[in-house]
Amino acid sequence: MSRLKILTEHIHKPEITGIEGYIKNGGYRAVEKALKKMQPDEVTEEVKKSGLRGRGGAGFPTGMKWSFIFKGSDKPRYLLCNADESEPGTFKDRLLMEKIPHLLVEGMIASSFALGVRTAYIYIRGEYMYILHILQQAIDEAYAKGYLGENILGTSYSLDLHVHPGGGAYICGEETALIESLEGKRGNPRIKPPFPAVEGLWGCPTIVNNVETICKVPFIINEGGEAYAKIGIGASTGTKLISACGNINKPGVYEIELGVPVEEFIYSDEYCGGIKGGKQLKALVPGGSSVPILPNRLITTTAKGEPRLMSYESLADGGFATGSMLGSGGFIVFDEDQCVVRNTWNFSRFYHHESCGQCSPCREGTGWMEKILHRLEHGHGRMEDIDLLWDVQRKIEGNTICPFGDASAWPVAAAIRHFRDEFEWHVLQPQEATRRNYGMGRSAEPIEQVTA
Amino acid sequence: MPKVTIDNITIDVAPGTTILNAARMIGENVPPAMCYYSKLQGSGGKCRVCLVKVTKSSEQNPRGMPKLVASCCTQIADGMVVENVTSPEVIEARKGIVELLLINHPLDCPVCDQAGECHLQDLSYEHGAATTRYDFGRRTFDKIDIGPYIQLHMTRCILCYRCVYTADQLTNERRHGIINRGDAAEISTYIQNVIDNDFSGNVIDVCPVGALTDKTFRFKSRVWFTKPVNAHRNCDKCSGKVTLWFQGEEVLRVTGRKDKYGEVEEFICNTCRFETKQKSDWVIEGPRRIDTHSVIAQNHLPYELDVVHPQIEAAQ
Repeated sequence: MSRLKILTEHIHKPEITGIEGYIKNGGYRAVEKALKKMQPDEVTEEVKKSGLRGRGGAGFPTGMKWSFIFKGSDKPRYLLCNADESEPGTFKDRLLMEKIPHLLVEGMIASSFALGVRTAYIYIRGEYMYILHILQQAIDEAYAKGYLGENILGTSYSLDLHVHPGGGAYICGEETALIESLEGKRGNPRIKPPFPAVEGLWGCPTIVNNVETICKVPFIINEGGEAYAKIGIGASTGTKLISACGNINKPGVYEIELGVPVEEFIYSDEYCGGIKGGKQLKALVPGGSSVPILPNRLITTTAKGEPRLMSYESLADGGFATGSMLGSGGFIVFDEDQCVVRNTWNFSRFYHHESCGQCSPCREGTGWMEKILHRLEHGHGRMEDIDLLWDVQRKIEGNTICPFGDASAWPVAAAIRHFRDEFEWHVLQPQEATRRNYGMGRSAEPIEQVTA
Repeated sequence: MPKVTIDNITIDVAPGTTILNAARMIGENVPPAMCYYSKLQGSGGKCRVCLVKVTKSSEQNPRGMPKLVASCCTQIADGMVVENVTSPEVIEARKGIVELLLINHPLDCPVCDQAGECHLQDLSYEHGAATTRYDFGRRTFDKIDIGPYIQLHMTRCILCYRCVYTADQLTNERRHGIINRGDAAEISTYIQNVIDNDFSGNVIDVCPVGALTDKTFRFKSRVWFTKPVNAHRNCDKCSGKVTLWFQGEEVLRVTGRKDKYGEVEEFICNTCRFETKQKSDWVIEGPRRIDTHSVIAQNHLPYELDVVHPQIEAAQ
């Protein structure tokens, strides 16, 4: 059975990287349609109707975000594409930009038109330097064909599009840090308000969107917002790229219609193809390293006993006590032989390394958590360390300038909440814990009532 | 004028005022501020000790704010209701942040030059625990000399960015910044050579902790043994209005005139601060009242004392 694919339908055709092949497969129709037949506000209206939500992690409705852009001044407006994909476990934007760069260029032109933007930027992470060249070539081709530059396709609309590489900081994926970095400053998140839609790049109204979000815009313009809204389930409309990795038979990037059951996604041959080696499923991080980890008993069914679906709502069902988040779609699967303590330490190490150091809870707390987790994992832990760790994460969460602090605290909190027995085992059996892993533990036991 | 209620006290303030400044107008239960400095543009929001709870956002929006907000950079709205010391959640969060600030800060106040007028010391007395739960190695740095007068000891720094803003805003060009990330971040960019202008000494006054200290005063005396006196001189660079700190007849150090919140009234030049340390250089105005609640106020010139009326208990 073939599923609907919006982004990845033509992705395996070798000619799609070039502009000729892309146009042959129906590319740049959305630019023609938007610029020649639609008004900018009509494009925004279609995006609103589509129910498209930001694919960078927070899932904020894109149309609504666009409508917040401040139009009351004569300052220029900017559209920034956030291609600083650095979340551990997420590698979906890379595929899009590498294989089908013109889709992003087309989306940027159409979105810029909707927002009245004359200069747009793609901020790409420094480690994707080879993709920067792919994008640059696509942009050059688009300029040559008249899709970018002055008076696009003979209309009065003009747009310049630039690609800018980051210097390798995870924090520059936070929209205000991205803006600071693009301005040539240290990538520290700004204090909000003012929000970028009012005062962003160089103090001008700015919209920042994820690569995947922008890539959805051509489909919405071509087929209409309502056609897009029919795909998916409830308020989770459309398709989503999921980058699946970990102990599965078929890791890779999959485009799914939102609403596919998690069980089907993990076990069906169409997607992940089951757990590698026929082992048991122990835990799942459904949306990139920042989201809470789920134990076996909460993966395929929610705490209420309903089947868990791949959607914003269903994955978040139960709040942080028994749920998680769709996040950016970094789907990490753990089998029975994986150690949750080690994994949590690994995530903490990442957040410690990437904290920008601007505000105190995150600067000091991420390092502290990493040190405690290192001690627990390496057999020097104490029982009170588990409570201390819980306390430290609670003091970071919600008290920081940007969501980075929360992102560093949530995985630690969820690991303790659901895998406390494993942490305790590391303390009680320190010698054994360095030699072997804990196994399934209580991960598959029936759900007990827990509170956040 | 918009009305804002902080800890059950209502006040009218001008639109655009921050919660912290509104609280300072009320004058009671003012949230502490380690990084905000009213004279420095863009400061604030970083240390997070001024977090407060907004239980009602405005008259139009009776819902509160989901997270605690930094009072120094959150503007008030008409009808806003704020809880500071009346909210256990705020006290708990503040306690947590003080603990986090202290994990890498040396706990050697007895040998630190800032002791007695250190904001972090005040905070830890108020909110800190008596013991530490942090038993790992602490972050340390080598001391850096910034010219002949100033010493930077990054080990004590809490990265409030005040000195960065001071150096940027008191001169026409950007002077220094922060290098590295996370808990390895430090005030730097070849700082020993770039900070050489006439107003560089002000970074000592704005530093809330003992990271930037006056080399002409270091270890000469504890601050609470010196007598602060307002004085002025004719200076062609600055206003010349300073506080002199005497021990006997000797001027041990010169600082700007600091208010209740540790903020200087006016920035002063290096000539006044470091090079004119004779009593004869100055016109003495009179004793300086110390309004901070720090140790520095304990030995002399306290708040105005209540008049005590001793009463003899009536014989039973």
